[in-house]
Amino acid sequence: MKKKVLTLGLGMGLILGITMSGCGSENEEGAEGAPAGTTEQVERAEGEGESGANPFGVGPIQEEMNLPSEIDEQLAAKGEEIFKAKCTACHKIEEKYVGPPIKGVTERRRPEWIMNMILAPEKMIQQDPVAKQLVLEYNGAIMANQGLTEEEARAVLEYFRKIDTQS
Amino acid sequence: MMRKWRHTVLVSAIALTVLHGCGPKKESAKKNGGALDKASIAERVYVPPGEWDEFYAFLSGGFSGQLSVHGLPSGRLFKIIPVFSVDAEKGWCFNEETKAMCMTSYGFIPWGDLHHPDISQTNGELDGRWVFVNENNTPRVARIDLRYFETVEIIEIPNSAGNHASAFVTENTEYVVANTRFAVPVPQRDMPINQMKGNFKGAATFIKVDPETGRMSIAFQVLLPGFNYDLAHPGRGKSHGWMFFTSYNTEEAHTMLEVNASQNDKDYIAAVNWKKIEEYVNNGGGKKMKVKAAHNIYDEKTQMARTEWITEVIVVDPREVPGAVYFLPTPKSPHGCDVDPSGEYIVGSGKLSADITIHSFSKMLKAIEEGKVVDTVYGIPVLDFNATLAGVVKNACLGPLHTEFDGKGYAYTSCFITSEVIKWKLGDWQVVDRHPVYYSVGHIMIPGGNSRKPFGKYLVAMNKITKDRFLPTGPELCQSAQLFDISGDKMVMLLDFPTMGEPHYAAGIPAEKVVDRVAKIYPLEENEHPYAAKSEDEVKIVRKGNEVHIYMTMIRSHFAPDNIEGIKVGDKVYFHVTNLEQDFDIPHGFAIIGANTAEVLVMPGQTETVVWEPKAPGVYPFYCTDFCSALHQEMQGYVRVSPADADVPMKITLDDKPIGEVIIE
Repeated sequence: MKKKVLTLGLGMGLILGITMSGCGSENEEGAEGAPAGTTEQVERAEGEGESGANPFGVGPIQEEMNLPSEIDEQLAAKGEEIFKAKCTACHKIEEKYVGPPIKGVTERRRPEWIMNMILAPEKMIQQDPVAKQLVLEYNGAIMANQGLTEEEARAVLEYFRKIDTQS
Repeated sequence: MMRKWRHTVLVSAIALTVLHGCGPKKESAKKNGGALDKASIAERVYVPPGEWDEFYAFLSGGFSGQLSVHGLPSGRLFKIIPVFSVDAEKGWCFNEETKAMCMTSYGFIPWGDLHHPDISQTNGELDGRWVFVNENNTPRVARIDLRYFETVEIIEIPNSAGNHASAFVTENTEYVVANTRFAVPVPQRDMPINQMKGNFKGAATFIKVDPETGRMSIAFQVLLPGFNYDLAHPGRGKSHGWMFFTSYNTEEAHTMLEVNASQNDKDYIAAVNWKKIEEYVNNGGGKKMKVKAAHNIYDEKTQMARTEWITEVIVVDPREVPGAVYFLPTPKSPHGCDVDPSGEYIVGSGKLSADITIHSFSKMLKAIEEGKVVDTVYGIPVLDFNATLAGVVKNACLGPLHTEFDGKGYAYTSCFITSEVIKWKLGDWQVVDRHPVYYSVGHIMIPGGNSRKPFGKYLVAMNKITKDRFLPTGPELCQSAQLFDISGDKMVMLLDFPTMGEPHYAAGIPAEKVVDRVAKIYPLEENEHPYAAKSEDEVKIVRKGNEVHIYMTMIRSHFAPDNIEGIKVGDKVYFHVTNLEQDFDIPHGFAIIGANTAEVLVMPGQTETVVWEPKAPGVYPFYCTDFCSALHQEMQGYVRVSPADADVPMKITLDDKPIGEVIIE
């Protein structure tokens, strides 16, 4: 009898409960351009660019990425490998699980936002209105910081783009 | 996150007001620190929220067998590292991975008596790689890796008893020493106790340390006459290559030592030229002796500890290596044996004397050259006291025990009977300052204070008696330490702080020499634990007869699998739980009802194992014991246990879907 976990998943994640994140003082530096979401913003959080919100999200990626339309297959394969090792405990491709499904994430979110959610989830779930809304929607499950490097996150992003190209 | 080292002090009066708002006041702060008031003293120990201490201090936990990690100047406790001890927090010596660490030739020993931490050195300076500590009762030496702040190796010392003159390192960490405080027959044999004299030995053990890995091995044991070898420190600089050990009970009394071991005016400091003995052994010298001793090694890749048995050691009769060992007469039952940063002065504090005796290394060499031998004891030459003497701190105090150095030409000695620390000048041997401590001080510690490069800013006094310094907690009081600022001419007492029992010696080091190397996680890619499940894809359950191995994972906030069926009464179930997190400071715990071994706390990327033997059919919960996220309370699962003869199929699921392989061997 052998059944493996389906690798269905999603691009953002679960991460830490806001109140639990131990190193809280980081957040005091303020979310540049991303004030805490108002009710209205939260409700419309699916969209981007609400007044005041930084469409890139909060985190290390603050330059527009300008991705080529072609998928880099090699990079996507590497991303798939990383995703399977580090992300599938919480994300499935096609269905809601602990966190949102991966499929469609590159259509829902900007690539910079996805990168920041992977690289700096603690900041995102405290400061980015969309990420905050997702934590609420997912019953307080926070996106875990799995310690990916920027290069690794970029590979995972490429895998997500490939998924969305195929669909 | 930006952290600021606390080199300057920010805030002030509040802390002291709060801390010292009540309780007996025996002295005013003015008396303590001259013109300093409480607020000014408080500033010197106050580390504001979010900032870091300037030094690490590793304090021995004595009879608890543990080592505590504090910050200086705040005195805050950061971690308790189990060494020669089981540990409830982490399941150390209980879980399957670490239980071998408490193994000895006497079997499993739950805890021992940890005395003297010493930090590894390179060129005589602290290098911040490892802390070595000794166990006094069942002789052992352990190595703690400062990347993980965990014990990674413990080596048992055969032919020894009361491993007290330990675990001091030579200036390039070539060796860690372990000498015998309670002389015993070597090899052990059945004989009348009152025939001790001349028949017992003190084995001075030199443990070689691999310069790359830190791995220890017993290089040789020098069988010294059966005195009580108490403490030691290595030569450094010009005296590198020598190790100095104090001894008492040169009377070789076997009973009523408090009288009978205090008869001689002078006992000895044993000066051991280990380079000469090393050369002798490398050339085939010494005899092989059959022994049995445990060597416990924690492999950071497999995350498992194992015991290898030492079956043979090389013993050296010092009489066969001329020039290797000399005795320096030293009054009176000397305790501490401390070597100044230059390596010239060897300080022997006669604990039953009011004087502190200082030998000169260069004079010792000259005395040897000139043959100033006044006696021979069991074949060991005794040098002329006056020929090696550099000076005496006359009427220093009562009960001088231990000396540390500030690197600025001064020495500080603890005085047990008069409960004080005295400061005296090397070379002119005059006391320049003295300060009371509360009470009955044992060791003192200046970070790097027994190396070539002391950091002479703070001194920690570790006291044997606490009495009225803190709120009373019944007959048993916390142990205590006191912090001094020694940057000026006069010592200034800054702080009392509680410690684990009992703080013997300590070792301190600037934090900046350690922090950059400290691991934040165990990378999953490097986890070679044989039962690891490094993603939920690798989860499985394996039955081998009555033994069931469950390869599980944990991540905020669920277990995979979280429902397990097909377990039967009579099974021995191994939960191998891997923490899939790769984020700093996100451990998960694992506990299951009725477990007789451990609960475990698993660090990010680590795998640990709990064994569980269900006693009756039923459905039993397991859960995460470490509050890990907002959904921590949801992090739980169930195991179904069926009667021994049931045929309920083995099944592991998550979210009601099968997960992982089911294997029946």
